[in-house]
Amino acid sequence: MADLEPHDGEVWLGEQAQSLTPANDWRRQVMMVPAESQWWADTVSEHLADECSAAVSALGLPSEAMSWQVSRLSSGEKQRLALIRAVALAPSALLLDEPTANLDSEATAAVECWLLNWLKTHPAPVLWVTHDPAQIDRLAGRHLLIEGRRLVDAQ
Amino acid sequence: MSVIELQWWQLGLAALMVLALAATTVATRLQIARPLLIAATRTVIQLALIGLVLEALFAVGRLGWVALMALVMLLVAAREVMARQKYRLTGGWAFGIGSVSMFVSAFSVTVLTLVVIIGPEPWYLPQYAIPLLGMLLGNTMTGVALGLDRLTESVWRQRAVIENRLMLGQRASEAVGDIRREAMRSGLMPIINAMAAAGIVSLPGMMTGQILAGTAPALAVKYQILIMFAIAAGTGFGTVFAVLAGSRRLLDDRQRLRLDRLSKAP
Repeated sequence: MADLEPHDGEVWLGEQAQSLTPANDWRRQVMMVPAESQWWADTVSEHLADECSAAVSALGLPSEAMSWQVSRLSSGEKQRLALIRAVALAPSALLLDEPTANLDSEATAAVECWLLNWLKTHPAPVLWVTHDPAQIDRLAGRHLLIEGRRLVDAQ
Repeated sequence: MSVIELQWWQLGLAALMVLALAATTVATRLQIARPLLIAATRTVIQLALIGLVLEALFAVGRLGWVALMALVMLLVAAREVMARQKYRLTGGWAFGIGSVSMFVSAFSVTVLTLVVIIGPEPWYLPQYAIPLLGMLLGNTMTGVALGLDRLTESVWRQRAVIENRLMLGQRASEAVGDIRREAMRSGLMPIINAMAAAGIVSLPGMMTGQILAGTAPALAVKYQILIMFAIAAGTGFGTVFAVLAGSRRLLDDRQRLRLDRLSKAP
């Protein structure tokens, strides 16, 4: 869906066809957040705009996190900062691959609450991949299961 | 002053030094004797053959023969560029990008230097054209090979980073920008180092040769500067072309990273 692999068929975002949208514009709107985020510069602030500091504290990270060295981040910190980085670009749809996999229950709750809050002001479809049934109960509007090689509606 | 004639038996004495080195590495079990001796034998055979070819070429001096010689040199250089890469573009692209980038840079710089700057009569006079092209091709080959090798290897290693940058909506040129810059640097570093050290650390080969052949040092210096500049331009443009073409091939028209277009050399 993020158009990172060659594929057949068409993906639509509302009235907008993927194949007619420049690839980088498409990905900016249909934002994928991978399970393992990547960081290319040395410090966190080089990847995040300054106005992200509110989100940083909302997700339970200290405000000086912006000046941290990327190489010293834990996997949970990386995961939360990657979410902030993606959401800060104001996408029209979110593809999240196990966004809370490395987080304890407290941080997970903070992430869920912060995302739901953001969605109130920026209504956008979210495709959320998770292995946690409780999380599905808490958040999901619709629940799809992968069975073998097929996607089925779990009711 | 004329050049002192060199006899084959005198070369034999020089060969004894290489043999002595080989014997030393055998005695100390450093195990480099075989490749050393093979390389030394290749030098003798290849240079003896090229001596014959050049004698014939200089005697004929026709444009067609000079061009044929240039084409053979280009193809060998392109094969060498490909052989030096650990990850190669598939489908003939490694050879293609290598040969086209060397053709557009080394050939045009050579022709430009001959026609506009040196101006021998005729412009393709093999005594000037072939050595000049040889020096340009040799250096451009190194630059292109280093640049492409750095590019493909970095892209291979940093695929996750590139894809994450693409996911954040960056353009392909932005997502591989750092890697392109690094590849350019490594392609151009040898000639930049050579220019910086010329005359202080090392006396460049061509200048040494001309001085040995009796040219006044002042003139030899001028030729050396000309060659250095020509090499810098040839290597630079060749590496720019190769790195840009290579990175374009690694990202398709939908700005996706296409590592399926790379194969690991055996």
